[in-house]
Order: sequence, then structure tokens, then C-alpha cells
Amino acid sequence: MKTFNKFSLAALLSATTLVSTTNVIANDDPVKLGLMLPYSGTYTALGEAITNGLKLAIEQEGGQLGGREVEYILLDSEADPSKAPQNMSRLVNRDEVDFVIGPVHSGVAMGMLRVAQQTGAIMIIPNAGLGAATNELCMPNVFRTSFSMWQDSYPMGKVAYDQGHRRVVTITWDYAGGKEDLAGFEEAFTAEGGEIIEQILVPFPSTEFQSYLTQIASLSPDAVYTFFAGGGGVGFVRDYASAGLNESIPLLGSGFLTEGNLAALGNAGEGVMTTLHYAETLENEANQAFVAAYESAYGEMPDTYAVQGYDTGMMLVQALSVLGGDTSDQERLIDVLANVQLESPRGPLSFSDSHHPIQNIYLREIRDGKHEVVAIAAENLEVPDEACQM
Amino acid sequence: MDLAFFSVQLLNGLQYGLLLFLIASGLTLIFGIMGIINLAHGAMYMIGAYLVYDLTMRLGNFWLAIVIAIPIATALGLVIERLFLDTLYKRDHLYQVLLTFGMILVLNEAQRIIWGGNVHSVPIPAPFDSSIQLTDNLRYSVYRLFVMGVCLVLAGIIYWVIRHTRLGIVIRAGAVNRDMVEGLGINVRTLFTLIFSAGVALTAFAGMIAAPLTSIAPGMGDSILITCFVVVVIGGIGSIKGAFWGAIIIGMATTFGSVLIPSLASMVIYLIMAAVLLVKPRGLFA
Repeated sequence: MKTFNKFSLAALLSATTLVSTTNVIANDDPVKLGLMLPYSGTYTALGEAITNGLKLAIEQEGGQLGGREVEYILLDSEADPSKAPQNMSRLVNRDEVDFVIGPVHSGVAMGMLRVAQQTGAIMIIPNAGLGAATNELCMPNVFRTSFSMWQDSYPMGKVAYDQGHRRVVTITWDYAGGKEDLAGFEEAFTAEGGEIIEQILVPFPSTEFQSYLTQIASLSPDAVYTFFAGGGGVGFVRDYASAGLNESIPLLGSGFLTEGNLAALGNAGEGVMTTLHYAETLENEANQAFVAAYESAYGEMPDTYAVQGYDTGMMLVQALSVLGGDTSDQERLIDVLANVQLESPRGPLSFSDSHHPIQNIYLREIRDGKHEVVAIAAENLEVPDEACQM
Repeated sequence: MDLAFFSVQLLNGLQYGLLLFLIASGLTLIFGIMGIINLAHGAMYMIGAYLVYDLTMRLGNFWLAIVIAIPIATALGLVIERLFLDTLYKRDHLYQVLLTFGMILVLNEAQRIIWGGNVHSVPIPAPFDSSIQLTDNLRYSVYRLFVMGVCLVLAGIIYWVIRHTRLGIVIRAGAVNRDMVEGLGINVRTLFTLIFSAGVALTAFAGMIAAPLTSIAPGMGDSILITCFVVVVIGGIGSIKGAFWGAIIIGMATTFGSVLIPSLASMVIYLIMAAVLLVKPRGLFA
């Protein structure tokens, strides 16, 4: 017994020494996270929420990743696609970051992906939902912790049909993200047997909706499916209600229509149904802990963007703890990242072969100014990624 | 297109056009008389909307918020003119453009620091928070009708001031020949301060009165700026009458363009501008 104790003590000691030695070496060299997010302009709130969520996850682990200090380099993407390649190159080549985290805007993502391809830098997308990032553009060094437009809108197609809607008008901004979102809905809705009687494309980023609402009224569909976000989302839902259309034609949308906008929507949002991979009212343990921690840290309710930032942080926490903070072997690092599994506030979260989240999509209805979860619209939904099997 | 649909769209176009006039009138005043291209025009529209949002939240009364916000916006115009623009009158136009461009950045950043990045809204105020039934499933907000009325009244007042008052004569003369007006013993410097403050106040007021109809978000002024320039260029630089008809044309074109030729919706206003410039290079009423 005594010898065993001595032996185990020695083993323990050497293990501790070993760990602390790696710590000493690693600590000299912090993990550099380059955050390329919008800190000005229309998407400011999204960039800030993602940053807050990410920092919260890392702070909960003592502000370290795999025993190494963390250095944040914040770069304002301005949500400007034309500046994206240059900004990303700066983070990778000049600042020599270990991970690039960004962006919010899909146009910016296109520019960043080009640089990611040339440099092989590891890029984690905490928002931008363009499908191609984890399909046609397939890169081992690119991960996504958010969603794709298709993933959040596809489940609504069946929901709409099951609610008895047959003739639907769809409306969005005339840009890639909006059209990808509508395509997901249309695919599922027409497969069920529904009909899209009109697809309305509004010039981006116009928020002057009156003429379109008049058009919708004269078409008199069973329901309207829409994708707008931010100020456009608030504008559309309020104008829709003030035109009285919500009394006769139910408004459906992907969750971005109302996400982060509940206060601004006021009464106009009541009854609007959306599908999304998160709702602040989800009753799982991880979410309750997250909501409480986020509220006490930042004094406001988190939204889906904060969760995406948080899960990006948790992904890094888990991966670097497996690796003991050693990021030198990139192949292994990518392998570990791809196998991360999280009990996220949004529910179980894992990653497909194309490094895209496999997650639940929830059907949510706004009641008393909150997104109440009505049902799980699709469980552990995988996105189409035939072009990318790694 | 049936008659009811057409009439409602006509109403939509008119309402949008009138609001555009209110926003563009300040731009054309400043542009026409002072020769200053105020790129910060959209940012001032945004500041107006945020001011009224902030004050409505604090005071619980939209109308009181407007009454307090107007002097604040006027004071902002006064300060900008006296402290910054005043030193640049003798210099080339490029310096003034640079200054007002810088002001966009400063005002946008100030907005972010004071009010943050979230989207806000102002509820439609009583007694206009009701709606009338237009067709069997479409309602029209009474507040929109009220805004149309306000825009028309303001258009009338501006027209009357410029056409029928002594101040109006000076303004018109100043737009044609600044040196001559100065030579006649009129203090152009004071006139400029007045015009700039009034222009900023008008723009900010447009933001205030539009606040309940729109979503108040960062960058909301940037997109409106381009449309305003199109309005001013079509109507003729410096002409209030031109701004009015330019705004109505753009309002109608946007409304009907988006429904009748959706594939060209975002181009319609620029096509019209190009066509007008081909026929009348100085605008319709210059």
C-alpha cells in the first residue's frame, strides 16, 4: 500500500511537472484570436453580441485556452465586402493570429474565404449563412458555428403546409442571403404540395415596404413567408401589422426577422412565427446557465448571435483543452475541432463532414414579447453538402 | 391592375414622395444658397430620429419629444456652421466635402456611443394611432396621412417664405450672386448661419416625424442620402419647387417601379435622373 502510494505520488508529481512545464512554455505565447466583425454600421449589434458571447465562454474557463493566455485582436469589418480580403490578410500575415473569427455578413465571408484558401488560416464563421462556405467552397480549415440560410428556412416549409397554407407569397431583399433563405423554404413547401404564387424581391437595403404590402393584399395569399433582418425586419413586421395584414394573412419567417428585435417590435410582433436554431426561452440546463451568466455579465438578454459567439468560444475551449494548448500541428488541430461536440444553449451541437453545425431547428412564436418554443421543427438537421465530404 | 390597387399605390407613392421632399428640402437649401454639398445630411436625419426616440422613451410623450428635439437639432446645425464650416468658406469646395464627410463618421460614431447598435422603434403616437380600412384586407395608418399633411403644410410655408418675404428675396438673391448681395450691405455670414441651421433642423425634423414609421437603426441615414441627392438633382439644385416635384416623381417611380418592373426596381430612380439630365442638364426647375 505504502509503495503504491509513493509510486502514485511520484507519477502524480511528474505529471504535474510535465503539465506545468508545457504551461510555462505555452504561456509565453498567447493564443491569438482575430475577430473580424462589424463594430460599426447596420450590423454593429451582431458583432458586439458575438464578441460578448465568445469572451464569456473563454472567461468562464479562467480567460485561458488550453492553459494559454488569450489575446484578442478586434478588427472592424464594417460589413464591407470590398475590404474583406485586405482585412483578413492583415490578421493572418501581420498579426499572425491562430484563429480568425468572422464574419457576420455573407459578402464579407466570400472575401475572407479567398484568403483562407490561399493562406490555410483557420477560420471560424460565427454567423454568415451562405451555403457555399461549407459546400461548394469546401475547405478543411473553415468551420461554422452558426447556421446556413437553408438550414433555418427549410423546416418552415413543412410547418407552413401542415398549418394548412397552400398559396404563399415570399418576400425578401434582392441579395444572395435572402434568396438562399427563400430557396430553402420553397424547396420544402413545394415538395409538400404547396404553391409559391409570387416571389417579391425588394432592392437591398430598402425599408420602404408600403407598395409591396399593397401588392400582397391584392394577391391575398394564405400566408406570407419572409426573410428580413435588423432594421428591415423591424420595419417589415411593423408595417405589416399597421397595414392590418396580420389579421387575415399569417406572417412566417426565418428567425432573423425578429431576432434581437423584440423590444423594437413591440405589439406588432405578437403571433409572428419563425424557425431558428435557438430561442432564449429554451428550457435546457445549458441555456438557463448561459442566459443567467450573460445577463449578469452584460445586463441584457442574449440572442442567437450571442449564442453563436459563445459556441465559437466553447469550441475553442474544448479543442484546445484536448490538445493541451498545442496548436502547432494544424492537421491535428483541424481534426480535433471537427470532432467537437457541445451541449450548447441551443441544444446538442456537433459538426458534419463539411464542418457545418448539425442542430435542432425550433418553431417559435412571439408571445408577450418573447420567442416561445412551439415545437422542434427539425431535429439534428444536416444541411445539403454533397460537394464537400472531408 | 384594378382601380383600388392603383389608387392605393398612388397614395403610397404620394406619401413617400412628400416625406422625401421634407428630407431633401434641407439639402437643396444648403446646397443652393451656400454651395455646400452636405454629405452629413443623412446622418442628421438619423440624429433627428434617435433624438426623438431617446426623448420619447424618457418623457413618454412623442409630441413633447419633438418640441424639445427641434431646438437641439437647430443648435447642432448652428455649432457645426459657426465652429467648422465658417473657417472653410474661403477654401475650395473639396475641403467642405471632406469636412461633411468626416461629420458622417463622427455623427455615426457618436450615435453608436450614445445609443448603441440595437434597432429601436417609436410607437405611433396618439391621437393618430388608428387606421382606416382601404380594401377588404388592407388598412392605412392615420399617422401616414398626418405626415402627408405636415409635409404639405411645411412645403407651403417654405414656398411662402422664399417667394413672399424679405428674407426670401435675400435668400434667392444670395443663391444667384453672393457678392452682389454682400455689396448691398446684407450680412451674408448671418444668412449662412441661418440657412444652415434651418436646413439641419428641417432634415432632423424629417427624421423625427418619420421615426414612428421606420425602424431606427445605425446607418439609417446613409441610404436616404443618395435618394435625396437624386431628388435634388432632378428638381434642380437649390430649387425648393424642384425638390418638391423631384420628390413626388421619385416617390411615384419607386412605388410603381417596384410593382410593375420589379427587376429594374433599384435602377428606376437613376434611369429617371439620367433621362432628366439628358433633356435638362440643370434639372427641371433650375
